[in-house]
Order: sequence, then structure tokens, then C-alpha cells
Amino acid sequence: MSMSTSIAPATQPSQPVIRAGWRVALADSPWFNAKLVIGLVMVLLMALSSFLGGFFWDLSLARVGSADPNLPPFAMKGDVTSDRPDGTWAHPLGTENNGRDMLAVLLWGASRSLRIGIIAATIGIILGIIMGCVSGFLGGVVDRILLTISDAWITIPALVVLIVIASYVRQMDADTMAALIALFAWPGPTRVIRAQVLTLRERGYIRMARLSGASTFDLIFREMMPNMLPYLAASYAGSVSGSILASTGLEALGLGPTRIPTLGMTILQAQQATAVFTGQWWWWGFPLIVLAIIFGGLFSIAQGLDEVANPRLRGVK
Amino acid sequence: MRGISLSYIGRRVLMWLVTIWIGATTIFIIPRLSPGDPIAAMIGRMSALGQTVPNAAEIIKAWHIRLGLDDPWYVAYAKFLRNCFTLDFGYSLTTFPTTVAELIGPALPWTIVLLLTTLAVTFIVGNIIGALMGWRKTPSGLRNILPLGLVFSSIPPFILGLLLLWIFSSTLHWLPQTGGYDPNLFTPGLNLPFLGDAFKHSILPALAIVLSSMGGWSLGMRGMMITTDGEDYMLLAQAKGLRTPYVFLRYALRNAMLPQLTGLALALGLLIGGSTLVETYFAYPGIGKLLSYAILTNDSTLVQGIVFMLIFATATAVLIIDILYPLIDPRITHRRR
Amino acid sequence: MTQVKPTTPQTKTDNERSGAGRDVVLDVNELRVHYETARGDVIAVNGVSFKVYRGETVGLVGESGCGKTTTAMAILRMVQPPGRIISGQALIQGTDLVKLEPEALREARWIKLALIPQGAMNSLNPLMKIKDQIGDVITTHEGRQDKTALKTRILGLLNQVGLPARVYDMYPHELSGGMKQRACVAMAIALNPPLIIADEPTSALDVVVQRVVAQTLLDVKKRMGVSMILIGHDMGLQAQMVDRIIVMYAGNIVEIVPVNRAFSQPMHPYTQLLIAAIPSIKERKPLKVTEGITHDLRNPPPGCVFQFRCPFVQEYCRRVVPKLKEYAPGHETACHLYENPDVMGVVSKMQEARS
Repeated sequence: MSMSTSIAPATQPSQPVIRAGWRVALADSPWFNAKLVIGLVMVLLMALSSFLGGFFWDLSLARVGSADPNLPPFAMKGDVTSDRPDGTWAHPLGTENNGRDMLAVLLWGASRSLRIGIIAATIGIILGIIMGCVSGFLGGVVDRILLTISDAWITIPALVVLIVIASYVRQMDADTMAALIALFAWPGPTRVIRAQVLTLRERGYIRMARLSGASTFDLIFREMMPNMLPYLAASYAGSVSGSILASTGLEALGLGPTRIPTLGMTILQAQQATAVFTGQWWWWGFPLIVLAIIFGGLFSIAQGLDEVANPRLRGVK
Repeated sequence: MRGISLSYIGRRVLMWLVTIWIGATTIFIIPRLSPGDPIAAMIGRMSALGQTVPNAAEIIKAWHIRLGLDDPWYVAYAKFLRNCFTLDFGYSLTTFPTTVAELIGPALPWTIVLLLTTLAVTFIVGNIIGALMGWRKTPSGLRNILPLGLVFSSIPPFILGLLLLWIFSSTLHWLPQTGGYDPNLFTPGLNLPFLGDAFKHSILPALAIVLSSMGGWSLGMRGMMITTDGEDYMLLAQAKGLRTPYVFLRYALRNAMLPQLTGLALALGLLIGGSTLVETYFAYPGIGKLLSYAILTNDSTLVQGIVFMLIFATATAVLIIDILYPLIDPRITHRRR
Repeated sequence: MTQVKPTTPQTKTDNERSGAGRDVVLDVNELRVHYETARGDVIAVNGVSFKVYRGETVGLVGESGCGKTTTAMAILRMVQPPGRIISGQALIQGTDLVKLEPEALREARWIKLALIPQGAMNSLNPLMKIKDQIGDVITTHEGRQDKTALKTRILGLLNQVGLPARVYDMYPHELSGGMKQRACVAMAIALNPPLIIADEPTSALDVVVQRVVAQTLLDVKKRMGVSMILIGHDMGLQAQMVDRIIVMYAGNIVEIVPVNRAFSQPMHPYTQLLIAAIPSIKERKPLKVTEGITHDLRNPPPGCVFQFRCPFVQEYCRRVVPKLKEYAPGHETACHLYENPDVMGVVSKMQEARS
């Protein structure tokens, strides 16, 4: 392709058409795939729900006694036999037993749930990065011990132990709950990162970097991290999902924060008032939809990240 | 036996012991982290509720000795470990003089049956759906309906339970509301009418768990299937002119399924957590509901007993899976790493 | 400028090698394969035509990306999307593989045409024993078999490729690379097909094992009289194994030549470069590397496809496509140096360059 001993010089090939620029790069990038984008949009909307919602709705209606209780959504007709009034547009998603406005409750609850999930997952992943790197790099006894502990920790049913811990906490608030959940969120990322470190450690470019004198710090953050990114991000999305599941579960047992409206607590109250059988479907139905959007969005993000990490998955229905 | 060496079994058993030990220690530590005397607090609660507690002082003393509350922590710890080992958790605090074992015993079969069936159904159905979704040659009609199976996977199981209750119980009146069986009509035992009623009562809880867990397996399997589909041996299988269903089962599914089995161990913990909530919401008389009741009434010994049982069960299940795995995958030789 | 002499006994004349008058096992006609991408179709195989006669081994050579594997995959009807066979025929003993319906194709596979894949390491199902992988192709195409008869048959196949009987019960990961490749050969001959395509069967192996596998292929060919297409880019190996060589460049056939003449009198400039690039034990010579880069396969130039790298290129080459024509018995090439020598006006220069 380079040096020549030929007789007649060859000419340049015809220039192929090249479309360049950042727009093409973005559209071509595997990060720009449908699942990831849609998922991110869904999750962001939910995360910012209390912030954005505050612009067009009075969030203080989430307090007890803000409105007539048991209003059905929109302008649905009430039930004369069970003495239920008609719905109004003033409370488009209805109200529950204590007079809370459902729309306000949901706007609060959605972003609260996501906040807890993100805090827990973030703590978890930071711990995971530290322990995964330590484990992967140092190897030997340290690795074995950490691996054993994290494997054991994963085996232990997290929700059950969380329930026990939570029951001993006097006054549960959102951030405490997030911290508790984080206790169980670290083994997953640790394993993922450790596996990545072990694989990447032997790759050629890492050895080259080491040979050229890069410090371990450099190695981790400049060379390895960019390649671990899709796996890390997928693990993170999974952690957020799991944390929200755990927090909702705790709330649904009455062990979550009680001073603020949360999705799980709303469902608990609905269940305690047998809302399923009194026909107050809006009480538990709308939280269900909100949770479906949150988890669905996170799921979609994880799928999208899977496609980034594994090129074979791209373009398959 | 092919693939299994003594050292492998040894390591797995060690892991099992470590897991149980860590779990037990956690259970031990937690109550001690919160200040106050649980027994006195509990008795105080009971008095406040109007229950008279005769011999309160003696009870408190007896319990202190029993639970080792006055002992230095290492003695208490040793006693606790001994109790765990002998599976003797003593008396339930709130339903004295019933022992913890007496409470757990009847609840256990309900939960075991529920968990085993849901695990089996979820694993099998979820993986098959996922495999069909990921297989290149699935007929497109089938491929389009399959994602419907995933619709509910984004909803936590206990909430899904409410939805199912609403559809099947409240609206359609097909299935019963709560409980494990109707106590007015049937007596527990190995008689057919009872078993039939128990079955009816367990459909909704099981369905809630299965529908919400299936999606995870499906999508994981789909990913594995797509990766497997790109392997060279799949190309050769196609070139050999082998029949499609045969290639699907023997070349694709089997190979893609193996990594899923390792996930089974992890999923167990999640399943137990999910079923705890489902049982509570359905008032299904299993361990999960017992646990919520115990927490609500601050019955520490019962809580300890139940949680230890659950940890023990999970760890044992994982041990069994780990030992069986090399039997299925011929590539594992399990020499020293 | 002969550096390599074919080492198989030269019992056939070039005329005989050209296959004139013998049975045609494979007849490929104007086969075209495109890869459809968002930025235009990549023309991977550009109207390729050739024949394979009974009992002969044809080598299909060219550099990476020239389309030789795609051609083979197209004949096997195993081109994966976004690749697509646009047009053409591939007739095996009269049956056009390109036009077969899926079920008929499945039935014809392995019976009419077998494949020895490139990487045997990954081409064997890791969870199935060797006996099952050879057995299942027999039972699929020939129906259920008597167990002992099947076992005897499989053991016989293993014996033919020089594998010990214990391989019967083993898993692929228990075999070495060479053994795995030979197991693939055993699989390929199981149904006695008239044609076997061997896709770089020795590329992934070390030199010593290469020889063993190559020898196995030769034995098989001699004993069964099967026709083979041997894809590769190791000219030395080709010299020892094939009767004719088809040279491809950028999706086109540039030369079809009996093996002797390939090394003694290659006609097409590309073939000459390939031969010249073979290192020689006997003489020292400077490394001859071609200048220029392959063109964008989406946008082939008008005229000869080799124009950017040809040492003898002229204006005429850039405008008119040379056709594949026969200039000596069994020796075809597509080059204006022979098709239109007067236009090229460089007869003496050409002869000078070739010495």
C-alpha cells in the first residue's frame, strides 16, 4: 500500500462521497438509539415531575384534607348508592380517603421515588467502583475476600433484611431510606466492575499504557473507564430500578417516610381501605401507571445501553 | 463425576456457610443498634393497648436471660449462633407462649409451594419467550405477539396483584379475594376439596409474581439468544441443512440457557422479597405475611426466626444450583482457578 | 520467474486440467451479491462465472475483501443480511441453488454441497459431543439410523480423517485445533457430496498442523473423488493442493488458470503481483508491494477494476471493462494487455516487465 517498485505511477482513486460533521457522528453513534433516548425522556419527565408540575398545579393539594375526599377523576359521575360525589376538573385525577388530590400526590411521589432511587444507586455505584477496582487490581487474598462478601451479600434476600432494618428506625425519612437501600446496592456494580477490570487488565492497550509509565489512577480513569461505560451505565440503571422497587416495597409496608406523599404509601393506604373493592380504582390505578412509566423507562434505558455494549443486538427487532 | 471435584464442592459449601453466617450476624446486630430495651418497650406497648400482663417483671427477666440481653455481646452472640444452629428461636414475643417454630411451621408449606411453582413457571416460560424473541427464524406472527408477555414486567408484583384483584375478583368474581383458603368451608389437610380451594386462592398471588418477573428473564434470554445466534456453530448448523426446530432446541436454546441458570441463584433473593409483599397484600398465609405481622407487632424473636429461615433457604438453594451446574455444562472442569 | 513448483505429481497435462469435456459439478453464472447499506450498495461479487469439474480441486484466491468468501457463501445460500444475492445462477448437478425454495434448499444442503468452515474452533457446538454433531446431519438427511450401524459409520469417518476412535465420545473443547478441523472434514464427507467448499481450512492453524490437515484433505479427495473449492490466500498451499486457480479482485474474477501456469506464466498483472510476493528460499529479492489502495466498493470505477493498482494501466483501461477470455487451453484472464494489445501498444514493455 505504500512503497512502489512499479513502472507506471498509479493515479489517485476517485474520491468517495463523505458525509461528515457532528450531526452524522451523533446519528451514527450507537449511543443515539431509540430505546435509550425514549427511556431517558420517560425517566427525566418523572424525575422532574414535582419541579415541572409545580408550574401548572398546586402541589400543596397533596396535603391531607385539601379537598373533598373520594372524588372520582375528571368529571365522572358519582355513585349514589355509596354516597360518592361527582368528579370535577378541579381534581382531574380524583382524590382519596383523606382528601389528598391524586394529581398532586403523584407529581410529588414520582420525583420522590426517583430521587431515592438515584441517591441509593449512586452511593452503590461509587462503592462498587472503589471495591471493584480494588478487587480487580489487587487480586489475591483481598480479591477473594471481597468477592466472597459480595457474593454472600447478593444471595441474602435484600428486601427482607431491609424490612427488618427499617422496622427499627424510629423516624424514617427519604434520605435515610436511600442510604439503607444503598447498603444492598453495592454488590451488583462491584461484580460488574471487577469483571470488567479483570478483562481489560490484560488487554493490549492497557499493557501499553502501563509500559509507558501510566499511573494506576490514569489507567483506571483514562483507559478503562471509557470502555466500561456502557456496562457501568446499564448496571446503574438496573440499580436505580432495584432501589426504587425496594423503596416502594418498604413504603408499601408502612416502613417508609410518612411525612411526605410517596407512591408506595399511597398504595398501602389504598389497600388498607380496600379500594379495589370499593371501586376507587383511581387511588391505586394511577400510582400503578406512574410506576409502570418509571420502571418501563429504566428498562428501556438498560436495553438501549445493552445495544451500545453489544453491537450484535443493534438493529434487531 | 464429570466436572465436579471435591475442592469445588468444598468451596461451595464454605460459601454457603459464610453466607449464612453473615446473614445471622446481620440479624443479630440490627436490633442491638437501636437503643432501648425491646422487651420492656413491648410490654409497655401491650399495657398501653389494654392488655394486662401478669408477672411482667418475671417475664422481662426471663426474656433477658433467654435472649442474653444482659450478657456481654460476645456471649450473647455465641448464644445466638447456637440458637440458629439448632433452629431454636424460642417463644414468639407477642403470642406467648407459642414458640416461633410453631408459628413458622404451618406457614412454611404455603410459601414453599408458591415460590417453587412461580420460580419454575417464570423461569421456563420467561426463557422460552425470550428465546423465541431473540431467534432469527421465529415466524413474524409469533414474534409480534410475544412482547405482550412483557407488558407487566414494569410493575412491581404487589401492585400488579391489586390490578389482578380488581380484574378477576372485584369485577369478574372469578377468584377469591384474600387468604389461602376459606376457613368457613374447608379444613386444612391433604384432602381434595381443601387443596382445590387452596389452589384457587393461590392463582392470583402466583400470577402477580409470574407476570412481573417474567419480563426480566425474557429480555435477558433474548440478549443471550441474539448473541448465540451470531456464533459460528450456528452458521455451520444452518449449512448442514438441519431442521429449524432442532437447531433452535439443540444448538441455540441449550447454549443460551446456561448463563441464565447462574442468574437463577440471584433471582431467588428477589423472588423472596417480592413474594413477601405479595403475600401481605393478599393475606396469603405464608412466611411473608407472617413476617409483616411480626414486624408490625414488634415480635423480635419471630422476626429473627423468619429472616434466618429465609436466608438459610436462599443460601441452600444457591448451593444446590451451584453443585448441579457443572453437571449440565461439560466445559466446566473446576480445577483450581 | 518460477519460485514455487507445485509438488503434487504432475500426471495431468494442462489440457486435462482445463477440464474440457468432463462432467460439470458446479456451474456458476453471472452471480451478483450486493451488501445494502444506508450509503449505497457495496458490490461484493460482480457477476462472477466459473465451472468446477468432477474430481478437481479449484483454488479461489485473492486478498481479504475481494469477495471470495462471499461468493462461496452465496453458492451455499448463506449470505446474511444486509447482503443479498441480486442475480445469477449456481447449478449443482443441474439444480440451481439460487432459486431453490427454503425447504428444498435445506434438504439439498450437505447432500449436494458441504462446507468445511474457516474457524473450526468456533464452528463446533460446544455442548454436543462429536458423535452427535456428525450423527445429526446423517439422521436429518437420511432418516433414523440403526444405532450400531451409525456408530460404525461415524467411526469409519473419523478413521478416514486420521482421528483416533476416542474422539467419538469427546466434546469439542477436549480436542486440539487440528483435530477439530479434521472433525469438520469428517462431517463434510459424511454424506458423500459431489462438492465440498473449504473456506481457508488451515488459516487458523500453525504450520505443522496445517500440513496434517492439508494432507487429510488430499487423502479425502483422492479416495472419494470429490470436487473441492479451496478458498485461501496462501499461494504455497494452493500450489500443493489445487488443479486450477481462480483469482479474484474486488468482486471480479481476473484470471482462471491451471496451477502450473499460474506460477510459470501468470497473465493478469494482479496474479503476477501475487506470485511475485511469495518469498523464496532460494533467491533474495526486494519486497514488492503494490502501490495504491483498493477503491470504494460502492463506487467502482468505469473500466477495469484493477486500474488503481495496475503497473501497466493505460487510458483505455480506465474507460473500457476487459472481458474474461480464454487465451490458452484452460487459461482465461480479463485484461486489455491481451484483449486489445494494439490499443495498449505496450507489447514489448510487457514482456520486458515480466521477465
